[in-house]
Amino acid sequence: MERIKTLIDKEWAEAFKNKMVLGTVVAMPLIFMLLPLFQLAVMRDIPASEMNDAPAGILTQCQVQNFSPAECMQGFLVNEFLLLFLLIPLAVPVTIASYSIVGEKSTRSLEPLLATPTSTTEIIVGKGLASAIPAIGATWLAFFVFLIGARFFVVSDRVYALFMNPMWAVAMFIVAPLMTVFAVNIAIIISSRVNDPRAAEQLGMLVMLPILMIFFGSIFGLFTLTTASMLAFGGLTLLVDIALVILGVKLFQRETILTQWR
Amino acid sequence: MIRTENLSKTFGGNKKQPPIHAVEGLTLDIKQGEVFGFLGPNGAGKTTTVRMLCALIGPTSGRAWVNNYAVGEQNQQVRASVGILTEQPGMYDRLSAEKNLTIYAKLYGVTDVPGQVEKYLRMLGLWERRRDPAGSFSKGMKQKLAVARAILHEPATLFLDEPTAALDPEASKLVRDFVEELKTEGRTIFLCTHNLDEADRLCSKIGVFRQRLIKVDTPSRLKTAVFGRQVEFRLKQAEASLVDMVRRFDFVKQATLEDKRLLLGLDNPEESNPIIVKALVEAGLDVQFVGEVRHSLEDVYFSLINNGHNRQEVEHGTH
Repeated sequence: MERIKTLIDKEWAEAFKNKMVLGTVVAMPLIFMLLPLFQLAVMRDIPASEMNDAPAGILTQCQVQNFSPAECMQGFLVNEFLLLFLLIPLAVPVTIASYSIVGEKSTRSLEPLLATPTSTTEIIVGKGLASAIPAIGATWLAFFVFLIGARFFVVSDRVYALFMNPMWAVAMFIVAPLMTVFAVNIAIIISSRVNDPRAAEQLGMLVMLPILMIFFGSIFGLFTLTTASMLAFGGLTLLVDIALVILGVKLFQRETILTQWR
Repeated sequence: MIRTENLSKTFGGNKKQPPIHAVEGLTLDIKQGEVFGFLGPNGAGKTTTVRMLCALIGPTSGRAWVNNYAVGEQNQQVRASVGILTEQPGMYDRLSAEKNLTIYAKLYGVTDVPGQVEKYLRMLGLWERRRDPAGSFSKGMKQKLAVARAILHEPATLFLDEPTAALDPEASKLVRDFVEELKTEGRTIFLCTHNLDEADRLCSKIGVFRQRLIKVDTPSRLKTAVFGRQVEFRLKQAEASLVDMVRRFDFVKQATLEDKRLLLGLDNPEESNPIIVKALVEAGLDVQFVGEVRHSLEDVYFSLINNGHNRQEVEHGTH
C-alpha cells in the first residue's frame, strides 16, 4: 500500500507540473460544466416557434409530460448535454497515463522503476489510480457544481428533477468509474506501441468516440437515454474493461516492457 | 554475491523473429566484496545479463543466485537486495533531486528516508542543488544522482552499467572514486564498462564476454595468461641474427626484434634475464635497458575478443 501511495504521489507531482496535463484536467471539466449551464440560461426564454426544429422524439416526450417550450428545451436538450460529463473520465486518464507511461518510456525512467521491489500489480494500480482519481474527482466535482448552478437557471422543479434522476446516478457512480478503467487500459495498450506522449494522447482520445456517438444519436432522437440503457451501457463497459485489464496486465510485464515495447 | 550456472537468454525464436542468443551458458562465481568487471563489445549481452541478474527479465535456461536469493523464484527479494545504475540515468526531470531520491527510498522501503537522501546527496556533492529539478542538471550531475539512487537502500550488490559513459574526466573521476569507496565497504560490484583503464583500476576480477564468457580472472592473471611474461632488452645496436642467437636457449618461448628492442617471452625472467644479458654482452652488444613489458587490459581485451569469441569452452582462472 505504501508503494502505491508513493507511486501516486510521484505521478501527480510529475503530471501536474506538465501544463498539457494540468490544462486537460482543469479545462475539460470546466467546459463541460459551463456548457450545459449556458444552455440552461439561453433556453429560459425560448419562444414556442423555436420548438419546430426540435427532434420528434423529444417533442413527443414533452407533450406526454405536458412541458412548456422552455421546460422541454431545458429538460431534454440539457439532459443530452450531460452525456458530455462522461467524456471527462475518458479524456483525463488518457492524458495523464499517456504522459506517465510514454513519458517514462522516453526519459528512460521506467527501467529504474521496474528494478525496485515494487510488484507489477503495485505499478499498474499506482499508475491507474493516479490517472483515475483525478478523472473521477473532476467528473463528480463538475457534475456537482453543475447541479448547484442549474438550480439558478432551471425554469421549474420538474426540469431540475430530470438531472437528479437515477439514470445520472448510474452514469456518475457506475459508468464513470468503469470509463476510467477503460481509458487507463487503452492508454497502457497505446503506450506499449507509441513513443511520443502527444501521439499517445491523440490516439487515446479516440476512446471518446463511443460516447460522442451516443451523444449525437440521442440529440437527433435516434434513441432515448434511460436508466436501463445506462445500466446496459455500464454492463457492456464492464465486459470490455475485463478484457482490457487482462490485455493491459499482459503488456505491462517487466520483460515485455524492457524487450518488446518500442 | 552472484552465482550463475549455465545462464542463457534467447529472444525471438518465433514466426516473426529468428532466435537471438543474447547470453549463452554463463557460469560465474562472484564473491561478496569483489568488484567484477564485465567487459564486452556493444551487443555482447552485458545489459541482458545485468537485467537477468536484477530479476528484470527471466532467463531462458540456467540458474542464478544474487545475495543468496534465487533469480526467477525470489525476484522481489533479489530486486530489494541489489542496486542498479542503468545505462541511462532515467531521472524524473520535472522533480527535484531530493524528490527523485525520496520516491526511490520509499519504493525500496528505506526506514530513514530523509536521512539516507541527505547522506547520499551530500556524499555526491548534490546537497546544495537538492531543490533543483533533475532536468536542469548536467549529464554528470544526473549520473551522480542516478548513482545515489542505486545505493540509497544500502544494497549488498550493486550493478553499474557504464557508470562513466559520456561523462567528462572530472565527473568520471568522482564516480570512480565513489566506486572505490563502495569497494572498501565490502559490497559486491558488477561493473559493465567499455573503459578498460577504469576496469583495470577498479576490478578485482574481470570477465570478457561476447554472448559467452570468453575468459575470467584477475586483471594481472589475464594479462599473463594471454601474453605470458615478456621482457624487453633495449640495445644500442642490433642485427636480425640476434633472434636466432637467443632462440638457442630453451627457456626462450618467443623472440622478436623491433628496431633495437629485443622482445623475449620468458616463463621466469628473474632467472633467465641474467643469462640473456650475459650472452648479449659476450656477443659484443651494449644493453641499455632491461624491463618487463606491461600489457594493458586493452591489449588483453582485443586479443580475447578478436581471437577468442569462437572458443567453445570458457576459461576460468584459478583463484
